[in-house]
Amino acid sequence: MIVAKRKPFDEIASAAAPYHRIMVVGCGTCVAVCLTGGEKETGILAAQLDIAAQMAGRDQIFETACVERQCDREFLDELAERSEGCDAMLSLACGAGIQFLAERYPRMPVLAGVDTTMIGVNSAVGVWDEKCRACRSCVLTMTGGYCPLALCPKGQINGPCGGARQGKCETDPERDCVWSLIWSRLEGSGRLENLSAIQEPRDHSIANLPLRQVHPAYQRRYSAHE
Amino acid sequence: MNRKYEPKIVALLCTYCTYTAADMAGSMRLQYPSNVRVVKLLCTGKVDVVYLLGAFRAGADAVMVSGCEIGDCHFLEGNLRAKERVEHAKTLLDELGLDARRLEMFHIGASDAPKWAAAVEQMTRRALELGPNPLGQASAAVERTGEELTR
Repeated sequence: MIVAKRKPFDEIASAAAPYHRIMVVGCGTCVAVCLTGGEKETGILAAQLDIAAQMAGRDQIFETACVERQCDREFLDELAERSEGCDAMLSLACGAGIQFLAERYPRMPVLAGVDTTMIGVNSAVGVWDEKCRACRSCVLTMTGGYCPLALCPKGQINGPCGGARQGKCETDPERDCVWSLIWSRLEGSGRLENLSAIQEPRDHSIANLPLRQVHPAYQRRYSAHE
Repeated sequence: MNRKYEPKIVALLCTYCTYTAADMAGSMRLQYPSNVRVVKLLCTGKVDVVYLLGAFRAGADAVMVSGCEIGDCHFLEGNLRAKERVEHAKTLLDELGLDARRLEMFHIGASDAPKWAAAVEQMTRRALELGPNPLGQASAAVERTGEELTR
């Protein structure tokens, strides 16, 4: 899932300072699961901002709303009526959700309350670890389910680099060398021959282009000729 | 009109331990400040950061959470969860500029009435030192807090 981290409070408070009535808008999907922007966190941030505003003598009103997903247009419509009279929206969704909210309500200043950090997994209660860089060209079949782009500081796809010591990375003795992990897993599952294959240089240029993905079942609907 | 500052303290208490201790303090005729407004919870594991901020938002001068002694929770680890949440709430108070000493977690067993009385005295002293909640809307609002919190 997408993991995000709430921005520093002062940054949020100063961005919100010019506005009188602000709607803090949470998202009930990824950012709710990573305890950053769900309904509860929306309430907490609104309470914090309200207390801070009162202490600073600012006349501000903080309302809260939490939609199922800010990255889905159908869920954004429900804010139309509720946001009437608001001067700004403060979104706690990931970067995609914030942009979509701003697109849906173009005349409303939309403020970002979080920094989107990664695609990761919930390793333990309150802990998330990055696992994927959304590189658009997955090598996990070959690498035993460990992503060298996300987990190797050098992004080596034909590793190891030679800098590992006792299975630890040379950049940080606390960090596992992912190529050591890949070796162990492939060995354990009888697939060491995977390491003989040379991975072609990656086309990093594609990562800089905004991507649009259309599900095969909908290709016809969205083709230019229809 | 200069009214003497009487701190209003919201106390979120676990029914199995500290609430029982507070009850016993009454039976024992222990004297302690009357500044505390008790909210009885089934377990301090029910305490949420939103409640804690909500109490300050409503004008409480201090908030205390008190659960079972470590290892004695009726629900095994509710008091440990409350402890983590109180710590987190303290960081949230710090970052918005409200002194985090206004919030404190205690662990008081059912038979420890004197410890409860001492905790209330401690928090009352602290609230007096820190002065009124700068939101300055205490009184009526905080009277309602207990009702709102348990709703």
